[in-house]
Formats: sequence, structure tokens, C-alpha cells
Amino acid sequence: MRAWPLLLLALAASAAEPDPRRSGRDTMSPALRTLQADDAQHPAQLALALGRELWGAGARSCAGCHGEPEALRGAATRYPAWDQGLLDLPGRIQRCRVRHQQQPAWAPEAEPLLALAALVAQQSRGLPLQPPRGAALDEAAARGRHLYTTRIGALNLSCAQCHDERAGLRLGGSLIPQGHVDDYPVYRLEWQDLGSLQRRLRGCLSGVRAGVRDWDSAELLALEVYLSRRSAGMVMQPPGVRP
Amino acid sequence: MATRAVITLPAGVKAGEAFEVRATVAHAMETGYRSSDAGTRLQRDLVRRFECRLDGELVFAADLFAAVSANPYLAFWLRAAASGELSFAWRGDNGFEHRETRALSVA
Repeated sequence: MRAWPLLLLALAASAAEPDPRRSGRDTMSPALRTLQADDAQHPAQLALALGRELWGAGARSCAGCHGEPEALRGAATRYPAWDQGLLDLPGRIQRCRVRHQQQPAWAPEAEPLLALAALVAQQSRGLPLQPPRGAALDEAAARGRHLYTTRIGALNLSCAQCHDERAGLRLGGSLIPQGHVDDYPVYRLEWQDLGSLQRRLRGCLSGVRAGVRDWDSAELLALEVYLSRRSAGMVMQPPGVRP
Repeated sequence: MATRAVITLPAGVKAGEAFEVRATVAHAMETGYRSSDAGTRLQRDLVRRFECRLDGELVFAADLFAAVSANPYLAFWLRAAASGELSFAWRGDNGFEHRETRALSVA
């Protein structure tokens, strides 16, 4: 009986504790934050315009099944998902294109693919990430966590060593972010282009001089599943802007 | 892919009062200084000139060079006494040309 108030106190304390996780958009410079917050300045606005154009284009358009893009509010919060295999949001768009539109799949990072991914993701602005659960996804998350914490490459570094242990410090002139996945796809100024989370991960792999995994490989998708759980509950603001 | 541009004008423009115009066009702005993965030089491909006209009269122009980022974004201020038609033109290497027009209604 006496333990109850103590337990309640402990619960209250844990609820009041601020979330130590910080989105990359909150740690960038004020100028970049403005760029992301203002739609009329956003460098992905051209991609979003293209996405809207593609949404209604063709005999079997996206609009034919889904209606307005706004109808997909919340869809992007629930990826990566399991549907006869692991699927991230661009993967889902590719599958829709092949199965339902009977069109050939786009190349990875193709401009129309990123444009549609940005358009769909944009509809989930302001919603928390809610990655789905399930046996296959749990298993992928465990594999992803293992990859995240394993030292790789000629530099012998794991993801966790930078993005967990050294987040907030600097690598050269750049701030090391916590590596949250709440704003993908992102327009990186360094890329001068919109890019997917897989492109970001491949960039990191090559950065530590490790073998770069193939697009949509089991390893990259498992990492995506783990990262989405690591960022679960954080509010999305896609498409993001990053330095 | 069709060339695309996004132009943002304020909703209400008052006669004689300055307003901001924002214009961006989809373009790679290849500098001509970079090499491809195969080691060959990537051909220069730039937007060289942007012009904005109000009913045919030049009201803003810019010369662009290699240091300008992809999808060049320009924001500038105009003042108009009466309604008219704003026309935008981007011209560049390899015969690149893109035009847009927007009706400007001045209250």
C-alpha cells in the first residue's frame, strides 16, 4: 500500500522529464529552419509541384484510387511497413506503380519517385511517427539495431558512436545530429537535390569507408525500421531541409 | 520532364506599395567545373539571365553565374501603380528558355 504513492511519484517524474531526442531541424541554423518552415522558400517546392502534376497524370493515376493527396494524411507516419516484404515509403510507391499502374519501376532516387514521396510525406506534417509493429518488423528492427551499433568500415565506426554518443558535438565544422528520420525525404543543400533516407544512409556508409549497401537491400531496410522506432513519437515535418 | 517554375506573389497588392516576388525554376545549374563518376568533365549548363517584365517593361533582371545553386531562387521587390501582366523569362546555356506569366491585380 505504501508503495503506491511512490510509484505514482516515479511515474509523474518520468512523464515530466523532457524528451532528450531532438530533430535535426531543431539543431540547424535559424536560416535553414526558416527555409524549411516557409513553403514559398522551400527548395523542395519544385518537387512538390511535380509530385502534384504526376499525382493526376496518366490513365491509371494515383488520384484514380486515392483521390486527393490530402486523403493520405498520416500514411507516411506508418513506414517502413511489412507487406510481403519490407517496404519504405518510396518502396510502396514503386510497388503501386508496378502492380496497379502497370508501369515499369523507376530507378532509385528518380526525380518523379522522390517528388511523389515528398508529396505523400508532406501530408503527414505535424503528426507523430508511428512505425507499425509485427513479428517480421520486430525481427528487422533487431537486425537494424545490430547494424546501428556494429563498427564498420576502414574508420571502424558504428552509427551509434556518432549519432548516440557524440550527437551535438562537431565533425569538422558540422554539427553531428542525433540522426532522426522525421523529415524524409529531405532536400540537402549539399546534394542540391531531394534525397531519400536510403541515400542518406549510403552516404554515411561511404563516409566511414564501408561497403555501400545496394538500394532496397535487406540491411538498409532493417536500418530504416530500427531508425523509425528510434524516432517513434517525434513529430514529422517532411519534406525537410538539411545542410 | 517538363520545365517547372514556382512563382509566389502576395495575395493583395496595393497601388504604389512595394511587394515581394519570389521565383524559382527547375534547373541543375551545372557549373562546368565538375567531373562525372567516369572522370569526364560535365558540360557547363547554366541559366544565364532572368528577366521580369510588367506589361513588357523590364522591372527586374539578374545575370546568373556558376556559383548560383541548382533551382535558382530569386526574391525581389516591385512597386506597381496599376494592374497588369507580369512575365518571367529564364534563358541559359544549350538554348534553355522558360517563360511564365502571372496576372497582377493591384487594388
